[in-house]
Amino acid sequence: MDAILLQILNGLDKGSAYALIALGLTLIFGTLGVVNFAHGALFMIGAFCAVVMQRLLNLSYEVVDPTRTDFLGNPLKVQMPYVESWFGTEFGGGLIEWSVPLSILLAIPVMVGLGFAMERGLIKHFYKRPHADQILVTFGLAIVLQEIIKYFFGANPIPTTSPDLFSGSFDFGVLLGFDPNTIIYPYWRMVYFLFALIIIGGVFSFLQFTTFGMVVRAGMADRETVGLLGINIDRRFTIMFGLAAAVAGLAGVMYAPILSPNYHMGMDFLVLSFVVVVVGGMGSLPGAVLAGFLLGILQSFASMNEVKSIIPGIDQVIIYLIAIIILLTRPRGLMGRKGVMED
Amino acid sequence: MTNSTFTRRGVLKTGAVTGAGLALPTIFTSSASAFTNEPTGSTVKFGFNVPQTGPYAEEGLDELRAQELAVEHINGMGDGGMLNTFTSKALDGTGILGKKVEFVTGDTQTKSDAARASAKSMIEKDGVVMINGGSSSGVAIAVQGLCQEAGIIFMAGLTHSNDTTGKDRKANGFRHFFNAYMSGAALAPVLEKEYGTERRAYHLTADYTWGYTQQESIQSFTEAMGWETVNNVLTPVGAGDFSSYITPVLQSGADVLILNHYGGDMVNSLTQAVQFGLRDKMVNGKQFEIVVPLYSELMAAGAGENIKGVFGSMNWNWQLQDAGTKAFVQSFGQKYGRPPSNSAHTCYVQTLLYADAVARAGSFNPCAVAEALEGFEFDGMGNGPTLYRADDHQCFKDVLVMKGAENPTTQYDTLEVVEVTPRAQVEYAPNHPMFGGDAATLGTCNDGA
Repeated sequence: MDAILLQILNGLDKGSAYALIALGLTLIFGTLGVVNFAHGALFMIGAFCAVVMQRLLNLSYEVVDPTRTDFLGNPLKVQMPYVESWFGTEFGGGLIEWSVPLSILLAIPVMVGLGFAMERGLIKHFYKRPHADQILVTFGLAIVLQEIIKYFFGANPIPTTSPDLFSGSFDFGVLLGFDPNTIIYPYWRMVYFLFALIIIGGVFSFLQFTTFGMVVRAGMADRETVGLLGINIDRRFTIMFGLAAAVAGLAGVMYAPILSPNYHMGMDFLVLSFVVVVVGGMGSLPGAVLAGFLLGILQSFASMNEVKSIIPGIDQVIIYLIAIIILLTRPRGLMGRKGVMED
Repeated sequence: MTNSTFTRRGVLKTGAVTGAGLALPTIFTSSASAFTNEPTGSTVKFGFNVPQTGPYAEEGLDELRAQELAVEHINGMGDGGMLNTFTSKALDGTGILGKKVEFVTGDTQTKSDAARASAKSMIEKDGVVMINGGSSSGVAIAVQGLCQEAGIIFMAGLTHSNDTTGKDRKANGFRHFFNAYMSGAALAPVLEKEYGTERRAYHLTADYTWGYTQQESIQSFTEAMGWETVNNVLTPVGAGDFSSYITPVLQSGADVLILNHYGGDMVNSLTQAVQFGLRDKMVNGKQFEIVVPLYSELMAAGAGENIKGVFGSMNWNWQLQDAGTKAFVQSFGQKYGRPPSNSAHTCYVQTLLYADAVARAGSFNPCAVAEALEGFEFDGMGNGPTLYRADDHQCFKDVLVMKGAENPTTQYDTLEVVEVTPRAQVEYAPNHPMFGGDAATLGTCNDGA
């Protein structure tokens, strides 16, 4: 029982990331009809916003320490962060320590701007082209973005830590009456799960309770009729692209302490997120979220030693296996709508 | 009726003369093209096959830096680096056998097929006499096989699997880097001293050749000192999130987690194990510990603070204080502004060792070079007295036991040397079962003639 609870918890944070990426993918597909293979790269760039913020806050001046030497035997140049000299060691150090949450402030404008630039500069030219062309151009864009990041940040993972307040893990075992240390879960992963719920709730509320969201939903259902009513739906859809990019970026920012950012982390999530979208149902936002969490948890279960001893290698194929079963039994996915990608 | 002017004797005479005529140029030119890519001009070309893209690109870049430096030193530029401390004095800083060294580079992408393609291109199009570099055992074994077929020498870079000079050893392949067996032999006594003999170990192992041989080696040595192996779980390379593999560790009753991971996998699995609080737990009345048998400075930097106090092993480290290390670090540091990694060191040394062997053999013929390398004993290259064993083309030298530094002063001293394990402690028989047993042979040297 404790092992099952543990894997459910494990699946939640992974599922949160899948759900957030799949949510953005579905928003873009639902509004613009584009299959965006660069969405994983947006998640990766979000994670690198955390790296950039960490480096900005760690911008330093050099102080020579004559008592110590560097690897060449010269006096050691010690790096002193500007924020610590400006705001004091305590507050300045605190800012550095909280660089990941603070980088949300950087990620939102960067990701929205990047989303606008991508949509206006490249993707809009491919609206009337076949899906294969859209996939090729967005996949190419993803590789370009990856290589740019690698050029500036290198290929190695870059450690990005969560604030000390959230280091360590919570012992659910004690809380639920099991033995100590049997069900533990890191605090930051709990933060990530709650953060994902807030973002998902925010996006749904925006679409459900605002006039803008209502128009977008109407456009998703029947773009032509909304256009005939004199509404500039294209502009709203561009904004939705920016919003989807921001969602992917924020998912990446907060994931940085869980998975040290590296230039190809987006690709690892992209393929799985596409499967999530297909399982959830093309164009269905609730479906994307539901499938994200479901597949995240199932993937965790499949990684259990007990399961792998029965079916070796199941952890590698479980998501695709589920996708096959769902598509055979429910061709439109769990919550897919009639008419989407069926013409 | 047709009258033929051919006679049996005439045909035989004509055939003999024609045959001799055709054979003549080959006989006269045989010394000029007696082996693959024999250099004929005033230069000779090396092929540096390293990961320039993909997850190990950073390590590949450091290897390239070192290889470029080695070529400079062979050609007489710079301060000479380890040539000043190397016990063999066959190289005089004027190139090799009067030829200046040039190099071309290939990108292995850390994929066996891409690495073979780039090596093949360098051999066939660029005419390289030797291939050096790489950061993966899968890649090293694949490229080593190709070099054997092509008839050129392969000087392996960072490859730690027992198989490279074990069951997959080749007559044309040579490894300076240490291997998984040596890691186990060096680490076990330190682990015994630090953690005692009554421990229960849980292995997470990368699912490919290197992971298998490292896990087998570490398990063998830790069990020999009394540890119990609770479980060994294979993890996919590049898994990213290892949480679902880490959490069962706590329920297994294990009190040591051994991460047979390298590169990004090591960074992620170690970071996540620390996040799950494993190192803060008491299990079986003992402090839970994590061991990373194979370390690299570049990966240690990626793991940040999580690596503090974690034991592992290395082939070499820039913090050693011998003359060879100091000369290399000085030379590398002056040129690039950073200390070299241990993958850079092994590629630098391999390039010099190849050049030296050619100079001693007096020929670029790969079989003559192999003969010069076999059984070669040397010093002054940062690892103490070293032997290139003839039986399997594996270098035998001291091995470093490392630990994550508690208080690093810069990004370069995140690891500290705990112990220099003497060479005698990590030696083994060429037909050791972990190295293919009696069935493993080098085969015959191929010069491509």
